[in-house]
Amino acid sequence: MENLSLFIKSMFVDNMIFAYFLGMCSYLAVSKNVKTANGLGLAVIFVIACTLPINYLLNTYVLKPGALAWAGLPDVNLGFLSYIIFIAVIAAFTQLVEMIVEKYLPALYSSLGIYLPLIAVNCAILGASLFMQQRDFVSLGQAEVYALGSGIGWYIAIVALAAIREKLAYSNIPAGLKGTGIAFITVGLMGIAFMMFMGISL
Amino acid sequence: MSKLKETILNPILKGNPITVLVLGICSSLAVTVELKGALVMSLSVIVVTGISSLICSLLRNTIPNRVRIIVQLVVVAMMVILVDQVLKAFEATYAIDKQLSVYIGLIITNCIVMGRIEAFALGNKPIPSLLDGLANGVGYGLILLIVAFFRELLGSGTLFGIPVLTQFGYTGNGLVILPPMALIILGCVIWVHRSIDKDLQEK
Repeated sequence: MENLSLFIKSMFVDNMIFAYFLGMCSYLAVSKNVKTANGLGLAVIFVIACTLPINYLLNTYVLKPGALAWAGLPDVNLGFLSYIIFIAVIAAFTQLVEMIVEKYLPALYSSLGIYLPLIAVNCAILGASLFMQQRDFVSLGQAEVYALGSGIGWYIAIVALAAIREKLAYSNIPAGLKGTGIAFITVGLMGIAFMMFMGISL
Repeated sequence: MSKLKETILNPILKGNPITVLVLGICSSLAVTVELKGALVMSLSVIVVTGISSLICSLLRNTIPNRVRIIVQLVVVAMMVILVDQVLKAFEATYAIDKQLSVYIGLIITNCIVMGRIEAFALGNKPIPSLLDGLANGVGYGLILLIVAFFRELLGSGTLFGIPVLTQFGYTGNGLVILPPMALIILGCVIWVHRSIDKDLQEK
């Protein structure tokens, strides 16, 4: 039950885009049509769901203050290394995924290929790992639920914006606002809509 | 000399990383609730973009193409760790570091840093790369401060924590402090920028 509430919360209330602005750059750049948005969204869910547990284990058994107690070093605090370790895990993982997809699933690669390297620098992925560190999840399962929830939340956000932007092409927008400007304002309005989920307590 | 001048001025006006290239939005909007946080964030980004561009430019002939993203990320992550540790070391900035929470760490994945390294530092000499990095940081900081100015003024009626509007009986508008308004204000900043500079308008 607690996990279900965490799942819903990380998906809607603490939505990566609308509550924390994470992954904004690729969110705005790749939301021009639903098809590519769908591909990038799925790739983000996958990478976030795979890297966050790895980072959770690293954080619990290597980085946290006192985490090295199992190695007989209870006083060591490697917390300052967490940024570099997390990003190394994420970058290595995306590179690995890219190579595997390129080798075995060439069709998927050609439709997704350019977005895969982008994911390494997607703030939503590193952000999820850093929030995981801040929130001190008690178990690996909880971390995984959080990862899935925030990944799916990001996916919903990008597909919804892409759908709206496809329709926006037919509307008459002031010249200075065309493109990026109106996209920002649309995201802002969507954010206000998403704020209603803040009232939900599970 | 004029080329150097262009390297410095272009990222601040015509090629502003936030309003024109739409890079680095991720970490920028969340820190604009108050001017103080925005200022610290801008300075951190200026330092990180400048120095990591310099380092990557020095290394540009030795990095193998295949693994360049990881190498760049390691350089950037190292710079961010240094900035983070410096902020934590002083009492005046420690509170701000706590308030910025994960967003300092997220400078690593700030697209401006990576974007400038990829687009400029890997193909240019160290000194222009350093200037390009610094100038992009300044262009980023400028927008950050504009957005933070409006959000703090309208949201809490203060500037840098000093009461301004509240003295005249203004009550802070809670909506402006919430995330969605940052996006809408930024949208308006882009609108103004593009209305002045018509070349930037999208067809």
